[in-house]
Amino acid sequence: MYLGQPLTRAGRWTRAGITSGPAALWLGIFLVLPLAAILAISFLTRGEYGGVELRFTFDSYKRLAGFGELGFDSLYPVVLGRSLALGMATAVLCLAAALPLAFFIARLSERYKGAALTLVVIPFWTNLLIRTYAWQILFSPNSWLTIAAHSLGIGTAGEALYPGMLAVLTGMVCDFLPFMVLPLYASVEKMDWTLAEAAADLGADRWRVFRHALLPQIWPGLGAGFILVFLPATGQFVIPDLLGGAKTAMLGNVIQQQFASSRDWPFGSAIAAVALLLVLVGLAIFQRKGSKHEVLP
Amino acid sequence: MQGERHLEPQECSVPLAVEVVSLLRQFGSVVALSGVSLEIRKGEFFSLLGPSGCGKTTLLRVIAGLDLPDGGLIKISGRDASEIPAHRRPVNTVFQSYALFPHLTVSDNIAFGLRMKKIAAAEIADRVQRVLALMQITELATRKPAQLSGGQKQRVALARALVNEPEVLLLDEPLGALDLQLRRQLQVELHQLQRKLGITFIMVTHDQEEALVMSDRIAVMNAGKIEQLGSAREIYERPRTRFVAQFIGQCNLFKADVRPTNNGDILARTELGEFSVSNVSKDPTRPGSFVAIRPEKIQLLGGATCGVKNSFTAHIEGFTYCGAETRYRLLAGQQTVNVVVMNREASAVFQPGETVQCLLPAEHLILLDA
Amino acid sequence: MRRPGWFLSAIAAGFYIFLYAPIVVIIVFSFNAARFGTVWEGFTTKWYGALLHDSAALSATKNTLQLALVSTGIATLLGSLLAFGLTRIDFPGRKIFDRVLYVPVFVPDIILATSLLLFYSLVGSFIPALELGMTTMILGHVTFQISFVAIVVRARLAGLDPALEEAARDLGAGEWKTFLHVTLPLMLPGVLAGAMLAFTLSLDDFIVSFFTSGPGSTTLPILIYSSVKRGLTPDINALATLIILISVLATISLTWLQKNKQDPHPKK
Repeated sequence: MYLGQPLTRAGRWTRAGITSGPAALWLGIFLVLPLAAILAISFLTRGEYGGVELRFTFDSYKRLAGFGELGFDSLYPVVLGRSLALGMATAVLCLAAALPLAFFIARLSERYKGAALTLVVIPFWTNLLIRTYAWQILFSPNSWLTIAAHSLGIGTAGEALYPGMLAVLTGMVCDFLPFMVLPLYASVEKMDWTLAEAAADLGADRWRVFRHALLPQIWPGLGAGFILVFLPATGQFVIPDLLGGAKTAMLGNVIQQQFASSRDWPFGSAIAAVALLLVLVGLAIFQRKGSKHEVLP
Repeated sequence: MQGERHLEPQECSVPLAVEVVSLLRQFGSVVALSGVSLEIRKGEFFSLLGPSGCGKTTLLRVIAGLDLPDGGLIKISGRDASEIPAHRRPVNTVFQSYALFPHLTVSDNIAFGLRMKKIAAAEIADRVQRVLALMQITELATRKPAQLSGGQKQRVALARALVNEPEVLLLDEPLGALDLQLRRQLQVELHQLQRKLGITFIMVTHDQEEALVMSDRIAVMNAGKIEQLGSAREIYERPRTRFVAQFIGQCNLFKADVRPTNNGDILARTELGEFSVSNVSKDPTRPGSFVAIRPEKIQLLGGATCGVKNSFTAHIEGFTYCGAETRYRLLAGQQTVNVVVMNREASAVFQPGETVQCLLPAEHLILLDA
Repeated sequence: MRRPGWFLSAIAAGFYIFLYAPIVVIIVFSFNAARFGTVWEGFTTKWYGALLHDSAALSATKNTLQLALVSTGIATLLGSLLAFGLTRIDFPGRKIFDRVLYVPVFVPDIILATSLLLFYSLVGSFIPALELGMTTMILGHVTFQISFVAIVVRARLAGLDPALEEAARDLGAGEWKTFLHVTLPLMLPGVLAGAMLAFTLSLDDFIVSFFTSGPGSTTLPILIYSSVKRGLTPDINALATLIILISVLATISLTWLQKNKQDPHPKK
């Protein structure tokens, strides 16, 4: 790290203060403090008319784990599990789609590579809300897509394909696909194909060539893409909200409910705290493993 | 521990461009400079020569002010520069990567230092023009660094430094990135440039040929210390340590038991015989355990001959024809000996398998420490 | 590498179609003469005309732009300074700060949004300025924009040859002058890229805006959301198409701009 001219201790602190100080202050007040507030509130009690009462309790977390006042209710553990599962499913499906895309772009001639990549990136820059709403149109009872699906036996004739798990998954994969393609492509682009040739030369079949000569090389990009999809996907709100219903509720939806309609802040905070913990743990694992590979800037 | 000061009597009267005393620089547990002292005279072309990691670049950076030493003293033109930051020292650097500002044109790059000193625009324009002409790059004035070749970037970097009329010009491996032809050409040009301008040049290089060709004096460095300081000829003909003997050019080393004789000569007893060493320099080295001789100093006589002083018998194991010279590999007992002979005849003088007598002239034998 | 075979190309084409299906649908349906949703009833451009009279849409556009411009300005300044501080000055806690910087990037926005809502509700009773509205939205946006700007600028700074700044010092530029004449100009492309990223993130943001908005500070994404939920306002598709068009144009021009700027830094 280039530090410029040698500085005294005081000099270093003033410079650090001027440059990093303002942002540190801002993030401290508007990021750290609110997140701490979430954590704190999650341990308090719900007030009579919304708001909070200053009584310490674990009730919110117990309810989240399923042990509410009325005995065991699996609603929230199921939501948690569903969110993780959907996040994982999205990541896996994105991976399955991104692999061929990445290899395809990598094999294009130089002239078209840039354009192909930009084409992948453009949807990422358009508004998620709009794209998700578009899937509502695509899944409506009279659309070509729905009719085609019906003929394949998916869904019931005359009914829309949403709200439902299929719709939610489709929306998620469509939204997160660019997140997986870009880091994966970065790894694929740098790949050394001669390894594959050597493996084939030594008698490996296509599957073995992939597994031993190609996969290890793209592993860093794969990992980065996986994290970039899995973590945010678990906490998605808009897609399950527009394309799903009560049966596909995820963490994001439940949190929103508590703050909007139910006005149960401690409970909403507890859910948010758990989601936050999940993400931070995932991030920590990735940062420790990924620091060797440096796919993120 | 203080390093050795390599003082010669007439130095005291020559004005010094840079004086460095017991410089110490440490990076964590790595000691880059361990008590380095030297004096660089005004107007000379001085080289710091050594392998990677010997501390030569660190020393250069300390002189430039880009790095602060952990101990010791540095004087530039007689003034204590230890407290003066880089941007106020009368010293300019030509960086190894050239470090041309990519967002500025060649003219603006060159004018940078002058603008920092707030010199009048008219004078800046004039000085820039003159240095462009001096470096023969007038036509490149409006180009950007990205549009220049390696050699052109080199000249711009030099121009950018020289236009400030520094008291000392520092060059960090200036020719390292260039191809052989260009390098040879620029070696001569740089040497002539320095002569013409009369500015003190301090150059860092790991290429011994470069140092020998361009410099007035060379400091050979190793592991943070100066092993030897002297002119090219001194360093080559009279290396004082094994490192210097082997780093510069080639060397034949023989383990020896060295004793002085009563008539003033030194006798070296080796596996291959007894050799007398004369012409030991005025700076007497401690009796060491090696005696050395450069490959081109050994004379070869056909056939084994007994009774010739300072010689031994050997077999030709093979040779390499190098155009102007032939390099012979000889075997004497267990020892391999390298001999270089100028090709005065068109055909080879000795053939593999032949026995020859190797003469080691007493004045060319070098005593070295263990 | 050999050219992609037809099989791979077909699969890739399929996924491209998948990616663009929503966008295409919106554009197509913005010309749909039907009042309500999803059945095609003929071509018309009347919805685009209707937009000009839709006061809700117009005021939402104004709010969105105002929000994006102000927050981007603040975030770019703070984020760039931060990036410089993190790469050039070593201070205790720097490494931790570095980790914290990535939190807004990975944490789902709903968590950020609810934490801000909570924070404002708790503190808002004491500080009237923090009542939900444009101010709170700006504050929220800047919070996640700073991270993105800092990361982008930092990447740019890290790629700069340190010898450039050393050369400036060698030539007589003190610390401030080196920054002004060498570091800043070379940093600028990164700062601009960061600003564009922040601007787009603000334009597209829904959740943080939704949770921290007040009466009168509706933005376009919020407007679209409520329209979708209520199933009203057929000019939504026209609005959405315009937004898409602007995004696409911006992305293409940005990419084109970046390609034309050579990267002149030799990495050691």
